[in-house]
Amino acid sequence: MVEPHDDAPPTTSKRSGKRSGAGEQAAAELVEHKGDTLIGRSVTINRARDELYAVWRDFGNLPRFLDNVERVDVIDDRRSHWVVKAPGGKTVEWDAVITQEQPGEMIAWASTEGAEVPNSGRIDFRDVGGRGTVVSATIVYDPPAGFIGKVIAKMFQREPAIQARRDLRRFKQLMETGEIATAARTREMLGKEKD
Amino acid sequence: MRALTWHGKHDVRIETVDDPEILNPRDAIIKISSTAICGSDLHLYDGYIPTMQAGDILGHEFMGEVVEVGAGSTLRKGQRVVVPFTIACGNCYHCGKQQYSACDNGNPADNQDIAQTLYGHPMSGLFGYSHMTGGYAGGQAEFVRVPFSDVGPIVVPEGVEDDRVLFLSDILPTGWQAAEYAQIEPGDTVAVWGCGPVGLFSVQSAFLMGAERVIAIDHFPHRLELAKRFGAETINFEESQTYEALMEMTGGIGPDACIDAVGLEAHGFFVDNIIDQIKASTFLGTDRTHSIRQAIIACRKGGRVSMPAVYGGFVDKFPLGAFMEKGLTLRTGQTHVQRYLPALLNAIMEGKIDTTFLISHRLPLEQAPEGYRMFHDKQDEVTKVVLKPGLDRIAA
Repeated sequence: MVEPHDDAPPTTSKRSGKRSGAGEQAAAELVEHKGDTLIGRSVTINRARDELYAVWRDFGNLPRFLDNVERVDVIDDRRSHWVVKAPGGKTVEWDAVITQEQPGEMIAWASTEGAEVPNSGRIDFRDVGGRGTVVSATIVYDPPAGFIGKVIAKMFQREPAIQARRDLRRFKQLMETGEIATAARTREMLGKEKD
Repeated sequence: MRALTWHGKHDVRIETVDDPEILNPRDAIIKISSTAICGSDLHLYDGYIPTMQAGDILGHEFMGEVVEVGAGSTLRKGQRVVVPFTIACGNCYHCGKQQYSACDNGNPADNQDIAQTLYGHPMSGLFGYSHMTGGYAGGQAEFVRVPFSDVGPIVVPEGVEDDRVLFLSDILPTGWQAAEYAQIEPGDTVAVWGCGPVGLFSVQSAFLMGAERVIAIDHFPHRLELAKRFGAETINFEESQTYEALMEMTGGIGPDACIDAVGLEAHGFFVDNIIDQIKASTFLGTDRTHSIRQAIIACRKGGRVSMPAVYGGFVDKFPLGAFMEKGLTLRTGQTHVQRYLPALLNAIMEGKIDTTFLISHRLPLEQAPEGYRMFHDKQDEVTKVVLKPGLDRIAA
């Protein structure tokens, strides 16, 4: 049952981060929902919608601004293999499949069966007059316990919504300025920042 | 290279550190020829600014020679440039509106969280001013890496001495913007609280913008003397009652525009939890609040208040009633340095603005810690310390 609520996005609900009420509805809008933790972040980027979509859709680009993603191997038009950094120089990996897409507007994905970190989400691209494009990320995942839990903590720097916000800022920097801002002074310092 | 590094309260050192390198396409490396100690650097020196880390290189007022450029820079090796203290990308919505200090992209993504939490939105990056504003290495060094070098730095014509243009980096545009925000109309009387560098540049700028009278308020005799030199009338608040004096000097009307340049020494951002510490140890918090409060009370009905003075946290007893009832306008903000550079460089070249009067001391970079000590201990006579990496050692 959907409870009455306002026009604010469900991801800003005061109810707990766990899916309930408004969160349930947001998750239902996803093509699939793998897990019970929902996060959502939006950023406005001063570039055309099609251009942003094209860069995101080429998954090989993602590690440039998704800080903890080491590598994305594109298997075919719908499937990809993700390698994500973990503590101690280790990595955690899973396969993802595109479950729905509308060129220039939206990409939705879900991890496949047996993923160590079940996750799914969608990226939406929406025009805003005179200011470019609003890019919204909505992610549902299942935070595991134990070692993998630590991986997730590292991956999302404890607070998934903060990490999502940082990653979207980096995407914005790359698309608006052609580079990702760094305060490093030397290549060595820059390398350490990326570890 | 040699660089001035921060290690804690009253502990700055000259150390040898790795030279900066080109890391992004739009970067340039500048070999520093002159760099000033700003009043706001004293707040780092006093240990009041959070998110500092041992080894951070200070300095946000600097200029020098381009020695290396990335593929996306529009600068050429050998050019002399002055670098704005605000790091702005030139591409985002705010840069498009020339609101450079509100740039979305000049601050690295991870460092934007603190200001996002404290202020609701992150601001641009700044050189040499804590990790909340980016954690960028500053210019009190032999070399500095300048991001977005196609947007920020302004090329200085051949043969113009450093001392004439160095302050384009911060305090001159800051004083100019303060006067612009006062929306001066011909015939106006403008009152300026604080005759530090920004206040003094506000005095000059206000006259250039058509003010008939400028009244400068301070308690350092030497600084009031400098304001007088530019044609200002003065009030020494230790000798006279400021509000009463302003009313009598304006026939009871009050100044048409008021500029609060008292807190200007703090470009910094005080997190609320250290405000109490500041107030308790220096009384600065109280004084600062006092100047903006007094400006609002003294300002004429329907007048304008401009506040280049920096406030970072929360203030007590803000006279919101007077502000509303008198229908005042308040404009404030960090300086959009890049917006003003071409016009101000012209004004300097045409002799309309002089900045050299401000410099009281010139020291080699190696003696920077001494410069900090002097500036900190003798505010009246030490109006501005400029560090020059090439200069021979000077006996103290």
